[in-house]
This record gives sequence, C-alpha cells and structure tokens, in this order.
Amino acid sequence: MFRRRPEARPAPRDRLVDVYVAGAVVRVPEGASAAAAVLLSSAPAIRTTPVSGAPRLPYCMIGICFDCLAEIDGVANRQACLVPVAPGMRIEPQQGPRAARPDHNAPEAA
Amino acid sequence: MSYDLAIVGAGPAGMAAAIEATALGLSVTVLDEQAAPGGQVFRAVESASGDPALAGEFLDAGGALTASFRGVTTIAYRPSSTLWHLAPDTGALSLKAGGASSELAARRVLLATGAQERPVPIPGWTLPGVMSAGAAQILLKTAGAVPQGAVVIAGQGPLCWLLAVQLLRAGVGPLTLLETGAGGALWDAFRAGGLWTGRRLLGKGVALVREAKRRGLQVVRGVRDLRAEGDAHVQAVHWHGGSLPCDTLLLHEGVIPSTHITRALGLDHDWNARQLCWRPRLDPWGATSHPNVAVAGDGGGIGGWEAAVASGRLAAIDAAHRLGKLDAAARDARAAAPRISLRSALSLRPFLDRLYAPAPTVLAPADDTIVCRCEEITGGQIREAARLGATGPNQVKAFLRAGMGPCQGRMCGTVVAGLIAEIRGASMEEVGALRPRAPFKPMTVGELAREPQDAAA
Amino acid sequence: MISATQTLQGETRDAIVVGGGLVGAAIAYGLQRQGLSTLMLDEGDIAHRASRGNFGLIWVQSKGLGAPHYQHWTHGSAKAWPGLAEDLSEATGIGVGLHQPGGLHFCFSDAEMAQRDALMGQLRREAGNAGYEYRMLSVAELRDMVPGLGPKVVGASWTPYDGHASPLHLLRALHAAFQRAGGHYRPNARVEAVTAAPHDFSVSLGTAIVRAPRLVLASGLGNADLAPLVGLAAPLRPERGQILVTERTREVLALPTHVVRQTDEGSLLLGDSKEDMGFDTLSQTPAIMRAIAQRAVQTFPWIAELNIVRAWAALRVMSPDGKPIYDESERCPGAFLANCHSGVTLAGAHAHLLAPMIAAGALAPEMSPFSARRFDVQKAA
Repeated sequence: MFRRRPEARPAPRDRLVDVYVAGAVVRVPEGASAAAAVLLSSAPAIRTTPVSGAPRLPYCMIGICFDCLAEIDGVANRQACLVPVAPGMRIEPQQGPRAARPDHNAPEAA
Repeated sequence: MSYDLAIVGAGPAGMAAAIEATALGLSVTVLDEQAAPGGQVFRAVESASGDPALAGEFLDAGGALTASFRGVTTIAYRPSSTLWHLAPDTGALSLKAGGASSELAARRVLLATGAQERPVPIPGWTLPGVMSAGAAQILLKTAGAVPQGAVVIAGQGPLCWLLAVQLLRAGVGPLTLLETGAGGALWDAFRAGGLWTGRRLLGKGVALVREAKRRGLQVVRGVRDLRAEGDAHVQAVHWHGGSLPCDTLLLHEGVIPSTHITRALGLDHDWNARQLCWRPRLDPWGATSHPNVAVAGDGGGIGGWEAAVASGRLAAIDAAHRLGKLDAAARDARAAAPRISLRSALSLRPFLDRLYAPAPTVLAPADDTIVCRCEEITGGQIREAARLGATGPNQVKAFLRAGMGPCQGRMCGTVVAGLIAEIRGASMEEVGALRPRAPFKPMTVGELAREPQDAAA
Repeated sequence: MISATQTLQGETRDAIVVGGGLVGAAIAYGLQRQGLSTLMLDEGDIAHRASRGNFGLIWVQSKGLGAPHYQHWTHGSAKAWPGLAEDLSEATGIGVGLHQPGGLHFCFSDAEMAQRDALMGQLRREAGNAGYEYRMLSVAELRDMVPGLGPKVVGASWTPYDGHASPLHLLRALHAAFQRAGGHYRPNARVEAVTAAPHDFSVSLGTAIVRAPRLVLASGLGNADLAPLVGLAAPLRPERGQILVTERTREVLALPTHVVRQTDEGSLLLGDSKEDMGFDTLSQTPAIMRAIAQRAVQTFPWIAELNIVRAWAALRVMSPDGKPIYDESERCPGAFLANCHSGVTLAGAHAHLLAPMIAAGALAPEMSPFSARRFDVQKAA
C-alpha cells in the first residue's frame, strides 16, 4: 500500500532492516515500526477481527486504535506501531482471536 | 528511584519542561512510549533529517528542540516505556518496558501526553486502506514512505494542508482534498480576530495552501456524508454529490487532547463545545485539580507545538516553585518569556477553531456506522441502548461492550457519549465520559505478575 | 414546574423498586411478570454499581456453611436459572451466556484439599434431604477437564450445580425484558425522601413524587440509608473487589473456576480480591492487581502471555455475616428489602421466587432466617 522513497531518503545499507511480513521479505528503514513494515508489504490485512472476521490494517500509527495488533516473533496481539523493526523480525497477520497456548511452555512467571 | 519531577511524554511539551526543570535544579525523569524523542509532531525527527518532503519547521525546530533535550544528560530519559498506573497521592508510577514492570516515585507528575486525532466514524472507516491523515504523516516521518495510487485526504484542519504539501513534494499523485468545513466558516473565523498577532502563523498557513495548489492538489469544498466503499480494501470514496476512486483514504477532523490518563485519575474536565472535546481543567501554570499533577501541551488543550513548548516551560517553573526551588517573585519573572510566547502561539487559535470547527456530525454517525472499532458496535446499537435507559458511556459499555476492547475506549468514548446526548436530549456534561482504569495500556498477565523492579537511574 | 398532585396522578404504580442493578432489575422484572405495574428507579452513569463489577459466577459450592436456608436458596436459584435465561432470550433476543457445567475450586496443598473436603462434607450433611453432590478431584482427573494446570495445583472440589453467565448481558436483558413487559424505568432518580403508610409509599425524587402500595429497596449499599425510613435495617459495608480481564482468545476453558472463567466473547476474567477501601472505586492498587495475576498464573501458567485489556474495582455489598438480607417491614407493611453480593447467582431466585412472594404481599416463612433481625440477636448475645 505504501512505498519507500530511496531516492529522497538514501539510507546506507546498514540502516535498512529486512523483516518478514507473512513470510515475504520487506526492507524497512531502521527505527520504523512493524506496522510500517506491514504497510510497505503487499499484505492485504494485518489481522482479521475477533468479532466479525473483518480485515484491518493499521489506522492511527500512534498507539491509540489497536488496529495494528499482530503476531510479532511468535508473540500474539502486539501493537505493531509501537514495535521498532529488528533484523529478521517475523510479523504474522492474526486471524480472529488469538489462541491461548496451554500446551506451550509458558514464560517463567512469579 | 525517586525524582522531583516525572514527565510523561517526550514531545515538545515534555522535552521543554524537562530542560527547564533541570535548569532550575530539579531531578527529572521523562518516560515515553516511543523509542526516540519528538512526540508525534516531531516524530523520528532525528532519523528523518535530509528528507526534502519534510523540509521546514519539522526538521528545523523539531531537530533543534530534540538536540537540546538530548544535550541535557542529567535528565533520566526512559524511551520505550509505558506508564500503566499512577497513584497521584503518593507519586508512585508503574511502568512497563521490555516485558518487565518497574516502579519509581516522583514528588510531582507532569502529564505531557499530547493529542490524538479525532476519530472520524464514517461508513467504511474500518476498511483496509482507510487511515488517519496523521498516520500517513507518521509513515513519511519514520520510513520516508508514501501511499501508492490514488490518494484522497478527507476532512479539515491545518494538518490536511501540511500533509498534502508533504505528500505532493514526495511525488504522490493524484491527490485530492475533500474539505468538510461548512460554507461561511471563513467569514465567521475572521470575526474571531487575532489575525494581526497571529500574522506569522497565518502566513505559514497561507504559504502552505499556495504551495499545495501550485503542486496540483485538487480540492473539493463543502463535502458532507462521506462514505468509504470497497470489498476487502477501500476502492472509492463517496460524498453527497460526488465520488472518486481511491486506493488510500486519509481522514482528519482535527486533533483533540488525549485525556485517557487524566480521566483515569479522576481529574476535573470541561467540555469544549466549539472543539467538541474534553479538556482537563487547568490553572495558568497547567496545574490540575490534583495538587501533585500538572498537564502541559496539547493534552491540556490544542495549541500546537509552540504553545506546547511554552506550557511545558511554565509547568516546569511552577513545579520548581512548588518544590521550593523558586520563590513566587522568581517564578513570575522566569515565566514572563514563556507567557509571551504562549500568547503568541495561541493568538491564531480562535480563528482556526472557527475556520475548522468540527461538524456536529462527527459525534452523530449514522446507525449503520461502526463506532467502537474494537467490539464493532454501531451507532444504531448505541442509540438503542440509550433508549433502553443508559444515561452515560459507562452504562453503554456495560450493555454493549463499546469501549471494552484493547483501545479501552480511546476511539469510541466521546462518540458514544455524543450519541447518548442526542437520544436523551442531554448535554455532554450530563452524559459524562468513560472512566478508564489501569492498566492504561494492555500488558500481559506475566508482566503484571512479576514483582516490579525499582526503576534504575 | 409540575405540581405534586399532577405527578401523583401520573405516577402511581403497583410497585416501586429502588435500584436498577442486578438485584433490583431481577425483582422488578419478576414483579412486572406477575402483572404488577412496576417502576424501577435507578442511579445515573457513575454509580457504585456492583452489577458492573460482578465476576459472573453462578456459584453454589461453599455457599451457606452453617446456614442451610442460604445453601437451599442458592441451590434453588441455580435451578431457576435455565428458565430465567430462556425467558429473557425469548423476550429480548439477548443471550446471557449461561453455562452450568459445574465448577472447580482449586487447592494448592494436601492440607487445603483435606480442609476443602471437610467443608464440602459438612455442606452435604447440612443439605439433608435436598442433597448436595460434590467430588474431590485429583490432578489426573482435572487434566481431562481443564488444560495446562500449574505444578502447584494438587486438586480441586467440584459440584455439578455451578456455572456462569455474563453479568452485563444479564443486566441489559433484565432491563429490556422489564421494559418490554410494560415496566417503567427512570434513571438519574435519586431517592430524596420516603413517606410511608401501610401499603402506601410516596417516594420523592426531588423533581417528582412517585407512589405505590409496594416498595422494594434493592439499592445495594444505598439501602443502609433508605431502610430506616420504612422501619427496616440494612447494616452493610462495602468490600472492594478487583478483577482483571484479558483480550479475547479462542475457547480454552470449558468450565468456570473460582479464580478464572472464560466468557462467551473469549475474554478470561481473573479474580478476585477483597479490600476494605470504603467507597473508593477509583483508585487501584497495583499490589492487589499483581496478587490476582500471580494467583491466575499459579493456577494456569499459560495465562502469563495473555494481555490484560482492562481491570476494574467494584464494591461488594456485605452484611455482617456475608449472607443476604431479605426483609419485610412490620411497621410499614408493603415495604421489602433485598441485599446480597451475589446478584448473578441469585438472579434466578430473585426473579422467579422472591418477586412472586413480594407480589403476593408477604415473604414465605422459610425466608425469616434472612431477616436483618438476626443481627439484633447476635448483638444481644
């Protein structure tokens, strides 16, 4: 949906980060968010809603609307617009409500 | 750790307050949800330097302020930190950062949490491809990215013109602005006065409009009954008397103070009938109805970044006075300069507030329009709940789940209240507002369960 | 300005219920169903509304130790619930999310298990002919019922009577069914004065006066002030509870437990806590929230990775012995009072058992142990 402008923002190679959106590589400037990566990809949606299954993409980009919830590096329902990209990051669109994972080794907690 | 002053938000108000308070001898910490300082207005200014599309105030003023802030190394700056609870009586702040919870204490708290764009509930606004105008600007600032294909900006306010210019400079096109302002608003606005004092700001605005038109912006005025249509992505925007194909629809009806935390603290607020938004009740120093809490910047009322800088400095000076670093005479002397710049920065507000007065329809979406994006509750359902007897947004939340999703009512709260006011023939003051709760942002059960660390210096 | 006489003529009903929470709405709905033209008075948007803070359990186990009448009442309500849910759904189309698959109370040590077994055994003995079925379940048995138990869980008690429902859908359904049956609802109606004569009550709301031969006080903690006006007593104190709610997840918990339940929408509710904070529902205590989170994680470690999207504090309506108060006035016949902190569990009883008694004009004799007079006896002794 969006495109970068390498001609206007000539970023050195080491300031570009390759991440995976739904398995496809997307090149994103360092410091941009996972939500920006999704909008730079060809993914039609970042999630489908848990209520009706409607597709959504990020709406506000400032951490207010929560439409950018996505699974990032295996962690579900993260606010993608507040997560800076990191090399090799995997961003997966979520389908409906997340799953709880009783059989998964839970993170160590109190 | 314990500080004299904890500042929430590293936008212009927070940064200016931190610099001023440190200069006055206070120990200061600044928490910010973002990874870099700047707030939304100067978002990513450090990494965007050199982008011609953003040339001007953003790079110049934003870059300078951010550099000054970085230069004061005694400020305990905590990026990527989210405040999830605040106990104003004791000054205990609970944060989460990097998956862990921590606590710190402050003698005084300054909320500089800024503004959010007013939600624009029109039919189809949840479709992929529809987003806020500010969101597109964030993409430009943080990634140098621009929307592809046909782009339509719909709404009103200075940001529409600024964004149009920035997108056109960046090579976006075709670009159309559908202006929703009422006819005659300009003449009403002239009567507000302030044009001479605000001539510098007015000049900036006029230059923007000229540049936008020179670069080929198509403008349609007097647009109403906006509607986004498409299957799994927006394909067209319709309005009363027209339509356009579009790949990206950017909505904007002005910005409103973010009152999530001030509401959660139970502070006094006033309804602003002209701007159709709530504002925390503040004294001339930014002090709220709680003796330990102040607000600066757009979170206290929309004024733009220059006003935010001035109000941040004033709040810092007041904090220094309250904490015994300045006597009243020294406080007032120190405040003289920021007071003048605040007055100058706000001089054009009455004009702008009238020129871009939001249409009452932003609080009265049609029955089939989704109002609560999280729980997908429509205007019609909310009207029905109001008819059933719900007198305020908290009861509607209980009845319908509107405001119960992850955004915690940030998007729908005021619109829900507006619909109740319409059905019950009540004022917004009578209907009231949602009462948010901690955690102010979602956090995992595990983050909460772990014993908090004392926040390191 | 409307004159008092005009108002009197306009607003005379068969019954007035003060309180529009779960207790008041269930009774008002029950009265309207009995054919009484009923007026329900309610507060506004910001009220100490315990109904909005209810955890949503229909909980029979562990209720009424040493008080067989309370055990019996609770059990009866659980039995009345399916009928109530069906009636409400038929009348309003609102599903209240009722499930009664039985419920679990977890134990974290062998000593706790033994103690729990003894308590459940005592309840069974006290139930007498009414019967009280329960089982103590080992971890091995529990594994087939709930997923991913924490290593510290050693077992649980189970009764088939327990269940859960959505307090919020229930509240809306009761309001909608009440109004569809012809009931009159008046929000923002704060009771300023009550004039009482036998079978003739006038309630002043400041701008209006309403009148009826029956008056039911069901205003939660507000009853403490109202009860003396009609010759009754409601010695109540607020007990604050906090609850955490996670984001929606796919179905994972098939039956409710005393610390966690999954709603029909998919959220997990984590509860609950007890604090003495007066009437403060605004402030929240991170330490209490943390304790709730820790207990949930101890029970189900996988909950740790779910996001809490909201939390709330609400006030339970506690009597000195924690049991409900149901009373009728001797001095002012026609005045009744209902107070409890189990608005969901007892909704079936309130709508289907209590309301008919009030409509008939007197509480049944077996209700007498619920009278607040029991506290006078305690004081005297």
